[in-house]
Amino acid sequence: MPKIPDSIVPAPLRKPAKPGQSGAAKGQAPSDLKTSPPERPTDVQRLTDKAVDAPVDVLAWVDQRTGASGFLTGMLFRKVPKGTNWFYTLGSATLFAFIVQAVTGVFLAMFYTPSATQAYASISHINNEVPLGALVHGMHKWGSSVMVILIFLHMGRTFFFGAYKYPRELNWVIGVVLLILTMTMAFTGYLLPFDQRSFWASIVGININGTGPVVGPYLSDFLRAGPELGATTLSRFYAIHMLLVPGAIIALIGAHMYLVVKLGTTAPPWVKAKKLKSATPVSKLDAGADDDDRGNGASA
Amino acid sequence: MTRRKAFTVAAQGLGGLAGAAIVLPAAGFAVAPIFHRGKERWEAVGPTGDFVADTYRQVVFTETEGIGDAGKTTAYVRRGLEEYEEDPSGFVAVSNRCAHLGCPVRYVEAAGNFICPCHGGAYDFQGKRIVGPPVRPLDHFQTRVRGGQVELGPRYSVTSQLEPVRARDPGEFTGGIWEYLYPPRPSTFPPP
Repeated sequence: MPKIPDSIVPAPLRKPAKPGQSGAAKGQAPSDLKTSPPERPTDVQRLTDKAVDAPVDVLAWVDQRTGASGFLTGMLFRKVPKGTNWFYTLGSATLFAFIVQAVTGVFLAMFYTPSATQAYASISHINNEVPLGALVHGMHKWGSSVMVILIFLHMGRTFFFGAYKYPRELNWVIGVVLLILTMTMAFTGYLLPFDQRSFWASIVGININGTGPVVGPYLSDFLRAGPELGATTLSRFYAIHMLLVPGAIIALIGAHMYLVVKLGTTAPPWVKAKKLKSATPVSKLDAGADDDDRGNGASA
Repeated sequence: MTRRKAFTVAAQGLGGLAGAAIVLPAAGFAVAPIFHRGKERWEAVGPTGDFVADTYRQVVFTETEGIGDAGKTTAYVRRGLEEYEEDPSGFVAVSNRCAHLGCPVRYVEAAGNFICPCHGGAYDFQGKRIVGPPVRPLDHFQTRVRGGQVELGPRYSVTSQLEPVRARDPGEFTGGIWEYLYPPRPSTFPPP
């Protein structure tokens, strides 16, 4: 575990300096015994010191019980390869777009009514009467396109930099699932304003789902909650849009980022690995492994 | 089997049961609509005298209740024609739902065709596909006459020879080898 910086550890918990490290020569009394004791601080001084220390003490209290500082320093101060550039920010940008969607979505949900007869009216209420409603709705609406564009750029970066290769294949797979879930979000969100455009686009989208062989017709019935677009279709889309898929996305983003931190990032393909002069040539290593007949006994 | 192992297996089995008791009803709740068929619905769309044999009359009626205008659909209705081996005293109701992806087609009087605005699908007077991406003719609605009024009932699909089959969604084949890829759904009504 990385060492916790002394500055955030409360004084009583700090390790005392080892003898001889304080600069005093061996066999001599510690320097602070030679000088006269420091003056007793005034009450104001003590209070100020306490106030300054308080946030640090609180953080230290939490840290002592969670070990968060080790985790956070490991995650935030991890080493990145030479050549890391702006293309590597596309993943964070996608995450930021998702956060924008989540936050604006929560506030839109406060005004939105997922009912076939009231949805359109509630959206025009948001756009025309709620203060800043048009802005928040606009952020959510345009932000969805931004997120889809960013996720594809991020995917392209990963592909063209070869960052999907061993040992990061699983993270690519998780990313593909996240892409599919994002498209599901875009599809289910499109119906919610319930205007002509969303109505017909959803009909077409559901019917494209229905053309899938064998399971397609049942998938359509599942999406519509019946043979026709009906009273519960909208609430079904709404539940998928704001409960089911976001939960899955948040969980998978966690897994995605855990693997990024665990495995590290790749260097861009144009950065060549440095040859170490002292390293044993690979050919020799292979030969040695083949000829080596020490045998660990386990296989015998 | 050791005692420890037996307890482990028993505990995991109980956990699995408890999980299934939560997940199965919830999943069943979500997929139940696939197996549910609603009530058969008939709606009068006008007196018999309103409809003629050589052209269509556009009617709007409610196909799905409870969602206002969104539940309405459009049909083109005419009398049966003997030249098509239809009952002259009966009525033919063609759905305006394109058999490609479900866009609303319209009947163009001058051409005697149904034209889809989305991807250029076109159908002849009987609703059979002429050109474009649709995979089958336009759907029909069951018709009957009650008290001098033409009533429209459940939707059904037709094969390229206009034989009635259970309603399919747009984009799904109703004939040839491909129809086996699109099994009939329990939520639809049997064809007339």
